[in-house]
Amino acid sequence: MKSLLRLYAIFHKEFTQLMRDRLTFGMIAGIPLIQLVLFGYAINTDVRNLTAALVDQAGTSMSRQMVSDMGASQVVDFQYQLATVEELTTLMDAGKISIGLVIPPDFDRRVLSGDRAAAQILVDGTDPIILGVGRQLASIPVNFDSPRRLQTPAGLEVRNFYNPERRSAVNIVPGLIGVILTMTMALFTAVAIVREKERGNMEFLITTPVKPLELMLGKILPYVAIGFIQVSLILLLGWILFSVPIQGKLSDVYLAALVFIAANLALGLFISTSAKTQFQAMQMTFFFFLPSILLSGFMFPFDGMPKAAQFIAEVLPLTHFNRIIRNIMLRGTELDFLSTDMLALIGFAFVALSIAILRFNKRLD
Amino acid sequence: MNSEKEKYAITATGLSRRFGDLFAVNNIDLKIPTGSIYGFLGPNGSGKSTTIRMLCGLLIPTSGTVEVLGLQIPKQAEILKNQIGYMTQKFSLYDDLTVKENLSFVGEIYAIPRKQRKLRVNELLEEFELLDRAKQRAGTLSGGQRQRLALAAAILHKPSLLLLDEPTSAVDPQNRRDFWATLFVLAEQGTTILVSTHYMDEAERCHRLAILDEGVIVADNSPKKLGENIDMNVYEVITEKTNEARVALSNISEVFSVTQVGLHLRVLLPKSVPDSLQKVEAVLQSNDLTGRVTAIEPNLEDVFVAVTEKHRQEERQEVIS
Ligand SMILES: Nc1ncnc2c1ncn2[C@@H]1O[C@H](COP(=O)(O)OP(=O)(O)OP(=O)(O)O)[C@@H](O)[C@H]1O
Ligand SMILES: [Mg+2]
Repeated sequence: MKSLLRLYAIFHKEFTQLMRDRLTFGMIAGIPLIQLVLFGYAINTDVRNLTAALVDQAGTSMSRQMVSDMGASQVVDFQYQLATVEELTTLMDAGKISIGLVIPPDFDRRVLSGDRAAAQILVDGTDPIILGVGRQLASIPVNFDSPRRLQTPAGLEVRNFYNPERRSAVNIVPGLIGVILTMTMALFTAVAIVREKERGNMEFLITTPVKPLELMLGKILPYVAIGFIQVSLILLLGWILFSVPIQGKLSDVYLAALVFIAANLALGLFISTSAKTQFQAMQMTFFFFLPSILLSGFMFPFDGMPKAAQFIAEVLPLTHFNRIIRNIMLRGTELDFLSTDMLALIGFAFVALSIAILRFNKRLD
Repeated sequence: MNSEKEKYAITATGLSRRFGDLFAVNNIDLKIPTGSIYGFLGPNGSGKSTTIRMLCGLLIPTSGTVEVLGLQIPKQAEILKNQIGYMTQKFSLYDDLTVKENLSFVGEIYAIPRKQRKLRVNELLEEFELLDRAKQRAGTLSGGQRQRLALAAAILHKPSLLLLDEPTSAVDPQNRRDFWATLFVLAEQGTTILVSTHYMDEAERCHRLAILDEGVIVADNSPKKLGENIDMNVYEVITEKTNEARVALSNISEVFSVTQVGLHLRVLLPKSVPDSLQKVEAVLQSNDLTGRVTAIEPNLEDVFVAVTEKHRQEERQEVIS
């Protein structure tokens, strides 16, 4: 009973302070808003209308068909029709084009026999994204028996190849839930505790009968509510701005988010036991945040990463949450508490919280 | 044994605390009688805060034993926390909470039931003249109001031991007087109070006083006894050319210290120096200075200067030999 009252005391105090802290409050709403707009509109990784040149030495109907298919994809825009490969390389050296397509005279025969590359795509490799586009273009099946081509119009095929669903806003939004929670939750709690050390409040608190567990729980509970507010905000904005649907159950989204929030709050507590100043807390959070955003599969596809990076990624809660939330929101899968990813999250939260409580002592040294 | 325990709220033996190479507190012994106001007087960095922190279990001693209210510290520090009130040197309540919110928070932290808590908070607001400030944020209070709030928070749960670390820095004399009046009332009610300070007038009011210097207790007695016990004759020198007199006197090896107070000088000479009054007069004469020299009672400042300076000289001698 006394313990509950003390827990409430900390919670109540933290909540009151939070309501008065305009900056934090602004960040609660501001970060999701800015990130959504940034990732949804500004960082548009959908590549369109790359300037391209064409050397069609075959000039057959089949080659013309392929060129028009590629053009229809809107990924490349063939602004130059050239006669020789030399002209094409000159343009590429001058930086005038990013992509060149060379169709050899025996194109039809190559396609039919299928033993050699039917055509050649030249790519300005200085930009990895363009290089990627080249690879995707090259992998379009140039399988020109007409029935198949009708089934899978090449234009759509290219888009899909280049833009495996994770690049679209539809996929960015679920990913952003995790990214934003990682960024804010750990930071807020870490700073909330370190601030008390810095301002000298801690010296008073630790001379009272409050227990470390009460202190920690009371501190993080308000942030659980904030986490939920952020999740709702992202879902709502995603729906309004990008019509991002939720295929699975809304309650599952929140349940998964709750576990993920807990993991990040626990991480924040752990950071707070090591950091002495708010600035250190911030640095440590970012030390964790960067690999999270880079390795979790939010930015780059998980399968394409080196083994070592994948190994690190498996330790990060965001990696697991990304898989869970994509499953729920995009594939409509039911949340399974016993799935590896859920267990990983729960385990992370438990371990981080335990370490934090063990490390936190009611002393100054 | 039991009576011994009740007689002293705090006993510490051989208490030391080291930070790196520095002994912030160096082998001190303390016996603080229950119900007394006990002062720690010492310059900056003399180890007052460090000692207080060790007494309430916030810092682990490098060596030595501490018993507070019959509890072994730091081992039983958690039990102690319900019985002590600690006013930190730096304001440690929340700037962004109001006066009343701060007090209510403290009441909740000590798990005082709702009804009682409300009564107690209101009682304290009134007692410490904070009623009209109840809704003001603590961060915007004046120094004196802030200090009253901090003391109110420290005694909210009616602790039997109060540890006050330089509670009256940034407080005007009138507020300081009121503050001490409150302390005396609390002491009469049986609260033991340990207060650190570097103000002489404050130290003077304590029942008993320990003078700390460089982590060592250099004197420990009632203020009156401390004055009687120093080994010094104190003279007041009134002269026109105060500055010249000060320089001249400082150059005499027998003179222990010269301090300028307003327009006159306080000169300390060890009692072992014979005819010291005449000596002082002679020094003035030989420097063509006219003035009046009178023997006066040592005050606490003289005691402080005498004992700390003596301690430092002894240290130096130890280093040399
Ligand atoms: N956490 C610490 N780490 C290193 N040194 C410390 C630490 N705390 C105190 N000290 C050192 O110990 C010495 C005693 O410090 P303490 O704070 O106890 O002095 P004080 O008497 O309270 O001084 P003041 O009147 O300025 O408050 C100082 O030299 C200080 O620099
Ligand atoms: Mg101090």
